[in-house]
Amino acid sequence: MSDELTFNYTIDGDDFTRAGEASSAVKNKLKMLGVDSDAIRKVAIAMYEGEINMVIHADGGAITVTVSDEEITMILADRGPGIPDVEKAMQEGFSTAREEVRSLGFGAGMGLPNMKRYTDEMKIDTVIGEGTTITMKVHL
Amino acid sequence: MDNNKFTRSVQLKESACQGCINCIKYCPTQAIRVHNGKAHIIDKFCIDCGRCIRYCPHHAKIAIYDPLSVINNFKYTVALPAPSLYAQYNNLTNVDIVLNALLKLGFDDVYEVSAAAELVSEASREYIKEHSNETPFISSACPSVIRLIRVKFPSLISRLLPIKAPVEVAAEIARARAMKKTGLKPEEIGIIFISPCPSKVSYAKSPLGIEKSNIDNVIAIKDVYPLLLPHMKHDESQLKPLSGSGRIGIGWCNAGGEVGGLFTDNYLAADGIVNILRVLEELEDEKLQGLTFVELSACNGGCVGGTLTVENAYIATNKTKKLTKYQPVSKNHLADNPDIGNLFWAGDVEYEPVFRLGNTFKESLKMMGDVEKLTAMLPGLDCGSCGAPTCQTLAEDIVRGDAAPNDCIYVLRSNIADLSRKIEHLTRDGISEKALSEEDDALLRQYIHELTSELASFGVPGTAKERKE
Repeated sequence: MSDELTFNYTIDGDDFTRAGEASSAVKNKLKMLGVDSDAIRKVAIAMYEGEINMVIHADGGAITVTVSDEEITMILADRGPGIPDVEKAMQEGFSTAREEVRSLGFGAGMGLPNMKRYTDEMKIDTVIGEGTTITMKVHL
Repeated sequence: MDNNKFTRSVQLKESACQGCINCIKYCPTQAIRVHNGKAHIIDKFCIDCGRCIRYCPHHAKIAIYDPLSVINNFKYTVALPAPSLYAQYNNLTNVDIVLNALLKLGFDDVYEVSAAAELVSEASREYIKEHSNETPFISSACPSVIRLIRVKFPSLISRLLPIKAPVEVAAEIARARAMKKTGLKPEEIGIIFISPCPSKVSYAKSPLGIEKSNIDNVIAIKDVYPLLLPHMKHDESQLKPLSGSGRIGIGWCNAGGEVGGLFTDNYLAADGIVNILRVLEELEDEKLQGLTFVELSACNGGCVGGTLTVENAYIATNKTKKLTKYQPVSKNHLADNPDIGNLFWAGDVEYEPVFRLGNTFKESLKMMGDVEKLTAMLPGLDCGSCGAPTCQTLAEDIVRGDAAPNDCIYVLRSNIADLSRKIEHLTRDGISEKALSEEDDALLRQYIHELTSELASFGVPGTAKERKE
């Protein structure tokens, strides 16, 4: 087994101003570890998108980030409404965000597609009415 | 680069330092620690922004720069006034008043940095146009911004506009002109910059993007300002016409001035180190969309807010506006300067991973695990009493071997309480069972000795004579 380190974050629901705090904290830790800047960028963008989604749709949740010398794994778990049609949700521009959220510049329907684009692996486990867990990996 | 050692302008004046924690709290790169009652600037973390100079209540942070007497070291000297110099004076109607006064002060010639700034603006416009698919670009005029990006934002290095700062271009032009005019050798000519900030003092010694700067010495606006006053004659008929820059060039000294010369609406101009840190974070995360150019100045208000200026930055901004109100937009054009050298950087700015914990990923990972454990153990008050700005930084310092857990007064207090409890326990046993055994007696002595040395390290900063190692 290779060495690894895990960081846990709680994401507050309904507070846009705080979304991004966890990805920012992870970014700083990765810099201190000397992780390649391209990988850091991918993690930061993907995780920020995920955080925003958790705030918009799921009233927050929990993020676990595990760093090993091979990959960075982000597990974003919420107890939100679940995603009824994952395939549709993965389409660029598809959004179910409320109007008030869109007026803030969020909910453009790029969240999930960006998360996929910036990571090497992405898996969505969702149960309607119970919540969604998204696992993303960026290889090092 | 052969000159890897970064020569810093911002320094500590130890005799004035009281060992308080103001500077460590304000430093944007957490480059200052207080140990043994004195502040220490960690060279590799410092970006020379001068924020500690601004906030130190005891004036123990100072900028090192050259005295005016450096003009005696050369056969011929050219003054390069930063446009922020003009903004220091009340009711200035004509830049020639300042420029003529500089000649009276002893300079042989002057060349305005604002004139070169207009050439840089034009070159920037062309460069951005030719590289429109690589936007946004980040301005590279403020050396502290480049240094900040170099140590903290590696992914943004490629976004820096690879064009020399106006002061560097001015220095090149000034030297070339002086050589032509006088026939002197380059080393006989002194190119002296009159600077608003320590950041550019350091730049002249350790330039960024190029190998060696053409600036020979840097003197401070605050030194030159009072010396010029008696020489400033407002009778325009007696002034030599020396000035030659317009609104764009002079406007560079204000926040938003550089973008003013780029003729784009898709810009962001941020000033003040805390604000630019936030912008850089967001740029790194690609949260800011649709931008062509990002202007960043480390000082509030732009260069007029530099720590070597005299006037309030916002008053100075207003003065600049008044001074340039009736000036043409620009008086300098690349086409009129066919003999101008290369305006672009010669080399790359490279990432300096100074905040990396270990030498290898594996080592860093282990060290970070230790940092996490230590941080959880520390009180999380970020009180600064240990001399580090936050509990997290103390944990990092401990793991790097630069501090000890007992530097935290709360950890120390709890250790003392532990020892005291052990002593109490031993002596209570002693009372109930007559005398202490030889073993327990030795233990008691050991505890008391430990307690004494723990307490000895618990002095008041600044008065502490010894420090437990």
